[in-house]
Amino acid sequence: MTAKLIGYGSYLPRYRLAGSDIGLRRGDRVVASFDEDSTTMAVAAARSAIESHDLPDHVYFATSSPAYGDKTNATAVHAALGLHPQAFAGDVGGTGRSTIAALRLAASSGGLALSADVRVGRPGSADEKLGGDGAAALLFSEGPAIADVVASVSSTSEFLDRWRAPDSVTGQQWEERFGAERYGDLITAAAAATLDQAGMPEVDHVVLACPNSAIVKRAASLIKGAVSTNTSPIGFSGTADAALGLCDALDRVEPDQTILVVSAVDGCDTVLLRATDPVSNARQRQSLRLQRDGGLPVSYLTYLAWRGLVEREPPRRPEPDRPAGPPAARAADWKFALTGSRCRECGFVHLPPARVCRECGVADSMSPVPVSRRGGTIVTYTVDRLAYSPSPPVVQAVIDVDGGGRCTLEIADAEPDRLAVGARVGFTFRRLFTAGGVHDYFWKARLADSAETEES
Amino acid sequence: MSSRGIADKVAVISMGCTKFGERWDSSTDDLLLEAVGECISAVSGLSLDDVDAYWLGTLGSGQSGLTLSRALGTEDKPVTRVENYCATGSESFRNACYAVASGAYDVVMAVGVEKLKDSGFSGLLRADPPSDGTAPELSLTAPAAFSLLDPAYCAKHGVDPAQMREAMTHVAFKNHSNGSRNPKAQFRSPVSREAIDGAPKVAGRLGVFDCSGVSDGAACALIVPAERATEYTDRPMYVKALSLVAGSARGSMDPGFDFTTFPEVVRSARDAYQQAGIDDPNRQLSLAEVHDCFTPTELILMEDFGFSERGRAVKDALAGEFDADGRLPINVDGGLKSFGHPVGASGLRMLYEAWLQFQGSAGERQIRDARTALTHNLGGRPGGCVSFVSIVGTELGVLRR
Repeated sequence: MTAKLIGYGSYLPRYRLAGSDIGLRRGDRVVASFDEDSTTMAVAAARSAIESHDLPDHVYFATSSPAYGDKTNATAVHAALGLHPQAFAGDVGGTGRSTIAALRLAASSGGLALSADVRVGRPGSADEKLGGDGAAALLFSEGPAIADVVASVSSTSEFLDRWRAPDSVTGQQWEERFGAERYGDLITAAAAATLDQAGMPEVDHVVLACPNSAIVKRAASLIKGAVSTNTSPIGFSGTADAALGLCDALDRVEPDQTILVVSAVDGCDTVLLRATDPVSNARQRQSLRLQRDGGLPVSYLTYLAWRGLVEREPPRRPEPDRPAGPPAARAADWKFALTGSRCRECGFVHLPPARVCRECGVADSMSPVPVSRRGGTIVTYTVDRLAYSPSPPVVQAVIDVDGGGRCTLEIADAEPDRLAVGARVGFTFRRLFTAGGVHDYFWKARLADSAETEES
Repeated sequence: MSSRGIADKVAVISMGCTKFGERWDSSTDDLLLEAVGECISAVSGLSLDDVDAYWLGTLGSGQSGLTLSRALGTEDKPVTRVENYCATGSESFRNACYAVASGAYDVVMAVGVEKLKDSGFSGLLRADPPSDGTAPELSLTAPAAFSLLDPAYCAKHGVDPAQMREAMTHVAFKNHSNGSRNPKAQFRSPVSREAIDGAPKVAGRLGVFDCSGVSDGAACALIVPAERATEYTDRPMYVKALSLVAGSARGSMDPGFDFTTFPEVVRSARDAYQQAGIDDPNRQLSLAEVHDCFTPTELILMEDFGFSERGRAVKDALAGEFDADGRLPINVDGGLKSFGHPVGASGLRMLYEAWLQFQGSAGERQIRDARTALTHNLGGRPGGCVSFVSIVGTELGVLRR
């Protein structure tokens, strides 16, 4: 591994399914909204990770719940981040192992290792109860490192613990104790080999990721960190599980402490890191634990409708047409990167970009204005109970963007009671709807205390 | 903008209008035949053969001139189909008038039709070209787009939202009261203020009764050169002004736009007043038929047309100034509220009310000594729309009330 870990970011959706709806004795489950998928969550995590860094040249995107097959999902992330056309963006797909693959690639070439998953279980299942949706981003570059990789081992083992048909949204598991026994041995051996390789008697923080819940329960007895032993704080989150655990550790690790990441998926992979001094000043803006707190309740029925597990009566309105390929490609800067245009003559900002200035009438004298990281203010808003939506009602607002420009966007994670003229918003990449198998990716606004915005 | 206009150059000599409503048993062809039949049969000695050319307005109930020529069975006559959002019917009238004024034809018919109730959906449907999927109007419905006016107007003019609600209710109450006296309206029952206030919400604070209905209908007008009008009728309706403005949709991008006015309407009204020689619309107009697609729209239009001072529309409306017996009756036929909004037909339906009022044939709705009327359509949404204004009168020469 030649590149250094220089930044990280996690993203958790805002919605929470009440524990009482899914058989949890306490707490709740983190669930992606109807307009989120692995791609949009990866964008959110990536935006957090690259906030104060140069744009990466490589993006490796791991997910087991890809928005598309036969089409690279990392390209939408690439477009939303506004990366250079020559920057590489590719998918690594399948399981939590894919995250290790993405991490090794990014650690080798530099760039972003992204992992995101929407974990869906059948109603009443352990996956529904014990899973969580989220995304994590790890940024590698020349440095300065926030943590150095000091050791890494792998073992691979073919056995049937979990599986899912590629066309199914819900997976299956063999009798849990079978996998637990296999994983227990694999984890113990890999941890010992890692410590050997590093020449250390113990580590400070242990992060254990494993799809087998019996292993998760036994984590502390399998390998013990001197300071902490943790699994992902949102429950098993698929490809994001190990990376979310690492983000959680990076939120709290002190300089010079060690973090052992153990990802036990169809084998066992480890990464041992030692935090450096810069880590104290490189934490993400909002820690994963804070992201996990609070949230907005969603009813069980609405959640099931979001996942397509029940079908609700739609408004008496036609479903939208699928977004068309050529117009979407021509408008990619706007649709994916929320980039408008500013008139070079008079400064008027056009959102979406225009060729002829609406203010002074001059043609083709525009420069691009990316606004996705800016804040905005609600001018007026409405709740549309007639419009088609995957989750009615549609909430839309007219927004004046800091530094100039106005546009009308849907409000994500809307709490209609908190909307007000003058309320502050940020922007978030979402999926408006899906029609004809095409996802309509575009930006929405989100009330500022819950969005990742920068002052402009 | 400047336009010379065609004041007093053309006149309407007959009109037709179907009953508007859920016309389950009538096709687009049936509606066209009904309106055209009424119009032609009202002029003795005139037949379809005497019509030299047609303009047909429809948003989505057919394409091309064939929609009309097939229905009427006209042979080899020029038929032009036009579409301009909610101003579609008015656009067919405007272009037909120009055709006569140019001297190209002597007898031209403007027709508008819309068959909305066959779709099975609520509200208007859009036929958008393939797109990138980012335009807000792809998802935001018309009631939602116009509901944006309400909070913005209250904020700008310091109007108590409860009073704004009262004024919106009054607009609906007034127009439904007017419509109850119109045999061709879709809705002919007066609606109580309580029912309006308590109706299920559609978007923002707009309830069902704040929105125009969805209906089928057709209407038409027969236009000839002004100097020949009295050959056909004793009471021609002279065209004093025709104005159309298509905005650049700047408001949708301009932080300077505050959602309390339609700049396109202001510009088209100014243009129409200038063409017709109107300097005091409140005194020179006998009635106005304006685009009451949603109740806050009508309130704001009162200011954009100069019927109310800025910030006064709510008070003026509540004082009854625009009621049927008020100082300037607005939508005395019941408006879009009572007729619904079959897009291609609506503009001509408004002119039909002016026609009836001028003939003294408006029955219970008759305004005494009606001489001058304004009709108006607005297509699009706040921030970017087309606006049409016509002014018609009973006499050649200077307008007086």
